[in-house]
Amino acid sequence: MTETLRLIVNGAETALDVDPHTPLLYALRNDLELKGTRFGCGSGQCGACFVLIDGHPAPACDTPLWSAAGRSITTVEGLGTGGGLHPLQNAFLAEQAAQCGYCTSGILIAAAALLVKNPRPTEGEVRAALDRNLCRCGSHNRMVRAVLRAAREIAP
Amino acid sequence: MNTVAESRLKREGSLEKNPRLSQWLGVHRDGTVSIYSGKVEIGQGILTALAQIAAEELGIALERIRMVAADTSMSPDEGVTSGSLSIQDSGAALRYACAQARALLLERAAARLGVPARDLQVKDGVVRTAGLSTSFWECADDALFDCEIDETAALTSPRDYRVVGRPARRRDLPDKIAGRPRFIQDMTLPGMLYGRVVRPPHNFAGLISLDDSKVESMPGLAAIVREGGFVGVLAEHEDVAISAQRALRLAASWKEIDPLPRDVYAWLKEHAAEHRVISEKENADVKSRGVTMLEASYTKPYISHASIGPSCAIAQIDDGKLMVWSHSQGIFNLRRDLALALAMREDAIVVRHVEGAGCYGHNGADDAALDAALLARAAGGRPVQVQWMRDDEFAWAPCGPAMALSLRAALDPQGNIVDWQHELWSNGHSSRPGRSQGPALAAAWHLSTPHERPSAINLPLPAGAADRNAIPIYDFPNQRVVNHYVREMPVRTSALRSLGAYANVFAIESFMDELAQAAEIDAIAFRLRHLKDPRGRAVIDAAARRAGWSNWKPVEGRGHGVGFAKYKNLGAYCAAIAEVEVGREVRVNRLVLAVDVGLVINPDGVINQIEGGAIQSTSWTLKEEVKLDARGIASLDWEHYPILKFSEVPAVEVELIDRPELPAAGAGEAAQGPTAAAIANAVAHALGLRVRELPLTYEKIAAAISQST
Repeated sequence: MTETLRLIVNGAETALDVDPHTPLLYALRNDLELKGTRFGCGSGQCGACFVLIDGHPAPACDTPLWSAAGRSITTVEGLGTGGGLHPLQNAFLAEQAAQCGYCTSGILIAAAALLVKNPRPTEGEVRAALDRNLCRCGSHNRMVRAVLRAAREIAP
Repeated sequence: MNTVAESRLKREGSLEKNPRLSQWLGVHRDGTVSIYSGKVEIGQGILTALAQIAAEELGIALERIRMVAADTSMSPDEGVTSGSLSIQDSGAALRYACAQARALLLERAAARLGVPARDLQVKDGVVRTAGLSTSFWECADDALFDCEIDETAALTSPRDYRVVGRPARRRDLPDKIAGRPRFIQDMTLPGMLYGRVVRPPHNFAGLISLDDSKVESMPGLAAIVREGGFVGVLAEHEDVAISAQRALRLAASWKEIDPLPRDVYAWLKEHAAEHRVISEKENADVKSRGVTMLEASYTKPYISHASIGPSCAIAQIDDGKLMVWSHSQGIFNLRRDLALALAMREDAIVVRHVEGAGCYGHNGADDAALDAALLARAAGGRPVQVQWMRDDEFAWAPCGPAMALSLRAALDPQGNIVDWQHELWSNGHSSRPGRSQGPALAAAWHLSTPHERPSAINLPLPAGAADRNAIPIYDFPNQRVVNHYVREMPVRTSALRSLGAYANVFAIESFMDELAQAAEIDAIAFRLRHLKDPRGRAVIDAAARRAGWSNWKPVEGRGHGVGFAKYKNLGAYCAAIAEVEVGREVRVNRLVLAVDVGLVINPDGVINQIEGGAIQSTSWTLKEEVKLDARGIASLDWEHYPILKFSEVPAVEVELIDRPELPAAGAGEAAQGPTAAAIANAVAHALGLRVRELPLTYEKIAAAISQST
């Protein structure tokens, strides 16, 4: 029942002996110990487990390993370059844009995808891009401000 | 004869139960200070604020403070992290503890340097006098703090504060924003197994039978654990545990339960078991001047905690000792209930707090701890992690209780309220661990010797629970407030952020607007004419000014409204003004909140809590209702329990009124009621029609319109 699948996560390639129907989430969290991608609902409704697959935000809880194999996967741990933080993460710190922080990783992922596609989004565009991500603590406005701040820093 | 203990005044904050200095802090050789608070981080930023208080009184840099996670084997027992009380309880205790620690350290430094303490210069823990120096880190040892906190040490004057009152960055956010493991859900221990519990799909139903023959042979499954009607699985891989849970759920047959009430509000009124008059004022002369009588009924549904991260726990049994890692709000109470459920001694159990996802009251954290402990008994000494699935969380975590409220009042010819009556019907607002005879943990009701499911209770006034904020803060010559307590519970209820205050303030402040309208007086002027409390008047004024209340330009379909409360009638003052637009749905465009929490410890922390509270309250008020079918909770995912989305979140502006000379009150729950009322009043203003049933959805508005025509 298990197969050897090749995963490319944050630029590094690994081979895993897994059931190909296993959701990507558990391979990331438990096999590769990348805990930043979080379980929220198991059905792609909340965004807590978003990762980039070939640059597009996708729920890792709802993505079977067979469909992620061989594609480029980026998790929150891989957003920054050279061991540093991504400008979005610095902006989230500057704006203190979190309360509990459980939804944060998925929101950073969705925001990173947005800024690649649209480096100078309006506030409305940021909100629309984050609409698939739920936040329960009410940190939305701080996060929107942080995304706009990061956009200014990346493409002044 | 009076004893000393009897005549002594009640001690500050949590010192009453934890009077030893060594319980609160330790000073280390490496120049750091450990602070042992019994309060826990639940996403509200409390550890940052407590660190600020400790650094301030010790007179050292904030970076030197290490906040030690609460642990039953070493932390002071500070009860539950709830009720916006942590600054009052833990903050007050730490203030005295750290002031005394500083005095003792200086005394020891003076002795060591051979000079009087007054000749010492101290900066960030380094102590100097003519040519000589030492430091707190050199002077401290275990014996120094082995004494009682006597509350006589001089406290730093608020005028001299350098750390308290300034924005401090949250200490937990760097990890959370970098995606580093920090939550209990991220914790891994060597040899850890993954567990899931197979619960009935609906409220309170028990197991009849289970055919596990097909699941037993599932590859990777370590065990199916059964104890009475409690069924759980253990697996080497998390996804296997989940698959086994799903398969067993289908293979199980569950008892049918009595159908739940269709009209829960009518049901509450029929089932009230106790009727308590909680406030009564009478002045017959004034009452007789009443000429205009109004009455109105309001309702608030069951609301879910709906944290983004489902509840989780880890447990391990080693040599008869149980170690539990939990995101519980009350680790000592949890330990007590675990001991009861597992028939163990409390001293054989250690509960350590690990941060979880946002916590807004009594959620599934404690239940998950018993789940993990029960599975750990079958794990041969290996640690077990249990995380609830999304539907477990929606179906099994206690809900914030539904409430029905009826208000009546009389106005005199000048538009003054001369009589006020408020009645409320509700289940209890607390079924937390540690408060009933048996364990208040879900799995305990399904064991071979099942424990009784406790009814939710209400904590007494003045803080209150169902009746929290039911007594109006306005000055009415006649008033009567009645709390009708309903013991029987159609669904499991317990504490949710602000308890009854959300519904009571929604009803009181909605009704104040209805009365203002009847009296043809501006809503803010009407409140101010009935309110003497100067701090209350100040937040209403500040919110009105900031929002530009008096410059409102009428636009078709738009409205503004105000809501106000002093949380628990004891804590923070908060006034909210909402600006809304009503099309098919209600859209809140702007919220302005003015807040007085007394002394502000961390301004950005307070603003973050008020902003977050206001947005969460907007979500409750516009969208949220736990849906019931005949057998239990039917809203088991985000599609059926929608919450406010990014594109629906209003702009939120917060104005803080700092009062450094007054005690600090908590900020976490102050915005819930006022925000709801402000939105409801703004909707009524926009529509010219009152919607008295929450949430203010299209369906509820349409129903109100059809009733009015």
